[in-house]
Amino acid sequence: MSELGIVYALLGAAAAVLLAGTGSAIGVGIAGQAASGVVTEDPSKFAKVLIMQLLPGTQGIYGLLVGFITLSKIGLLGGGAADIDVKTGLMILAACLPIGIVGLLSAISQGKTSAAAIGIVAKKPEQFGKAMLFPAMVETYAILALLISILAVTAIQV
Amino acid sequence: MSVLQMQRISICAMKKDRKAILEELQRLGVMEIETSRMPSEGLEKMDTLEDRQKFEKQASILDQALDVLQEYAPEKTSMLSSLEGKKLVERKVYQDVVSNRESILDTAQHILLMKKKEAEGKAEIVKLLAQKEALLPWLSLSVPMDYEGTKKTKVFIGSIGSVMTQEEVMAKIAEAAPDLTACDVEIVSADKDQTCLTAICLRTEADLLEEALRSAGFSRPAQTITEIPAKEVEKIETRISEVGKEIADFGKEIQDQAGHRENLKTLSDYYRTRAQRYEVLGQVPQTRNTFVISGYIAKKNAAKLAEKLDREYSLSVEIEDLPEEEEAPVLLENGKATRSVEGVLESFGLPAKGEVDPTKIMFVFYVFLFGLMLSDAAYGLIIFVACAVLLKKYPRMSDGMAKSLRMFMYCGISTLVWGILFGGYFGDVVNVVSRVFFGHEVGIPALWFVPLNDPMKLLIFSMLFGLIHLFTGLAIKGYMCLRDKRYMDFFCDVVLWFAFLIGLILMLLPSSLFYSISQMHIVFPAALETFSKVLAIVGAVGLLLMSGRSSKNPALRIALGAYDLYNITGWLSDVLSYSRLLALGLATGVIASVVNQMGSMAGKGVFGAIVFIIVFIIGHIFNIAINLLGAYVHTNRLQYVEFFGKFYEGGGRAFNPFKANTKYVDVKEETK
Repeated sequence: MSELGIVYALLGAAAAVLLAGTGSAIGVGIAGQAASGVVTEDPSKFAKVLIMQLLPGTQGIYGLLVGFITLSKIGLLGGGAADIDVKTGLMILAACLPIGIVGLLSAISQGKTSAAAIGIVAKKPEQFGKAMLFPAMVETYAILALLISILAVTAIQV
Repeated sequence: MSVLQMQRISICAMKKDRKAILEELQRLGVMEIETSRMPSEGLEKMDTLEDRQKFEKQASILDQALDVLQEYAPEKTSMLSSLEGKKLVERKVYQDVVSNRESILDTAQHILLMKKKEAEGKAEIVKLLAQKEALLPWLSLSVPMDYEGTKKTKVFIGSIGSVMTQEEVMAKIAEAAPDLTACDVEIVSADKDQTCLTAICLRTEADLLEEALRSAGFSRPAQTITEIPAKEVEKIETRISEVGKEIADFGKEIQDQAGHRENLKTLSDYYRTRAQRYEVLGQVPQTRNTFVISGYIAKKNAAKLAEKLDREYSLSVEIEDLPEEEEAPVLLENGKATRSVEGVLESFGLPAKGEVDPTKIMFVFYVFLFGLMLSDAAYGLIIFVACAVLLKKYPRMSDGMAKSLRMFMYCGISTLVWGILFGGYFGDVVNVVSRVFFGHEVGIPALWFVPLNDPMKLLIFSMLFGLIHLFTGLAIKGYMCLRDKRYMDFFCDVVLWFAFLIGLILMLLPSSLFYSISQMHIVFPAALETFSKVLAIVGAVGLLLMSGRSSKNPALRIALGAYDLYNITGWLSDVLSYSRLLALGLATGVIASVVNQMGSMAGKGVFGAIVFIIVFIIGHIFNIAINLLGAYVHTNRLQYVEFFGKFYEGGGRAFNPFKANTKYVDVKEETK
């Protein structure tokens, strides 16, 4: 049964990238719709709303990050895959879950917040700094999840 | 770190100098006009609305002409032209433009007229094309469209709104008018919408045929054209090409005016500033021979302005300190470097009355934290060089833009330093390139340590930096309390919190919890351990008793104190929030490694090298962009939420001096 260990570990890496990436895609999509609306009215706000749109995109990157660390940990990138028992594999899977699940949900919420913040930029462009802060608040929790995922993955002995 | 002290300046002068003085004030741009606090009895205000609108209209005509010019003869601009800022115009050139204003306005009017004519021409072409379209089914008709027939016969020309053959039409007619002796129908053309036809009969029976045709859905053509269709189409075509030529001529004539662009811009700004002057003029109270103008000015400029005005005009200037209750507009003064973060401060809010300007301290932390989040030596160098080059190349860019670029320049230096400390140069590019292309791996060792190998260490340091940041914020609050002589507040809100927090931290350090996180075993002497407990307890009890001191009710007071004590969770989450320093720092490094790894997948050799270079460039540009954004957003957040949360509210009103708010050009000051 020990050959299943690497499967669980890979499942973890996949879950991190897949869930967080999906969340970011949805979030960036929501914000992008609002951003397009603003640019239709006033193309000069393009740069500002683009930044706003990008904010929910970071969860996908965090997922990628954890996925990458996991892959290099289990040796899939370097060629020879490490010999991982089921327990370690499941531990790696568990370690990947925070960024996967929190990334998915926080990116969607952040997308909605970004869309609302884009509304601020549309009406009061000078309040850009404050508008940017609201989506950044949501991101905090993705960062905390990322932190735990990274710490856990690096702490597991293979 | 200073908010400039404001004073009120009031200038009373002769009415004949009114315009000259206003012009002078506008040029200097050091005074904010504020007349709402002046007594109004015995003084009148001039109605300048009409003049102002006239000037605004002229400025807008010039702007429109410039828009038209831009459409027909676009100015060549580079991608970075938005950084160039307003053009500087010599005073002499400016005066020339102003004295030629009539002819320049004529040019603008001419451009607009050409544009209007061109639009009319385009509308005519559309109309002509529609006419031509309507005539196309009739092309094979060899008589004029309004042909009525000969002496004995009557001809009907028109269409039926459905597809019909000649037989069908004849059958319909026969059915509807059985008495008709003779008629002939000829189909001119037919398409899916209509059938165009001519019908002929004896004049005496014309009514019968008309009735029959109408019942079949026959109608005469909408346009009345007295020509043979083919000829008419020819005429329309000639007209179209004529109008087309005219349009091209108008366009060319507009293009020929492109040389006047600078003059138009300068003059537009002339009218704009003049309108602004008249706006102020309308607020200024005056008597028959004198007027008085009042407003805010920074203390350091007040005497200079008074002296200058006194030398040139006969007037009286009065400068006084603002009364305690009046809220002055805020103007900050900082050094060249620290000023660069003023933009970040402004977007949170300028210091309210009585608050200190935190720019200087904020600058230090901003640059420090930003660099820690990005932490790649090569990225830092790129950002630094790019910003420095842009600042050097476009010295006239707008002030806000220059501030931002300068801020990023300093952040670039900080990123460079952190990158060297953590051994990040485009991530691990040195290792990857040496391994893949040269066979044996070399790397630049980190000066301090590699975060990915020891994330817990950086986590501890992140929180330490956060603690320092937060304590600095609390200390500034303490400073403000002391400055305003609120010693009770200083003791209760600052000293007690410091005691409580430091006591708690000292208790935490030797504990097994801290050991399990940091792997550092710290042993304090017994005295220090007791001291830490005492400190924490004194702080906690003090807060419990004193935080609700504004309330008379002892029960409520204790409740408020307990609630304030609960804020310790706020401190905990604030400190934990700094863990983003680690997360974002790792993100930069890891994504950079991903890029390098992807690039190296094509192996060594020429093809591998080409793939590597392409992936390297695209990947690292992407990584810089995304992490620059992340570092910017999250450094702002740490400043706004965690740092400012401890002492700063903001909400001051920005100083808005009366000056020439131009759109295109600035006029060069004469050096005297």
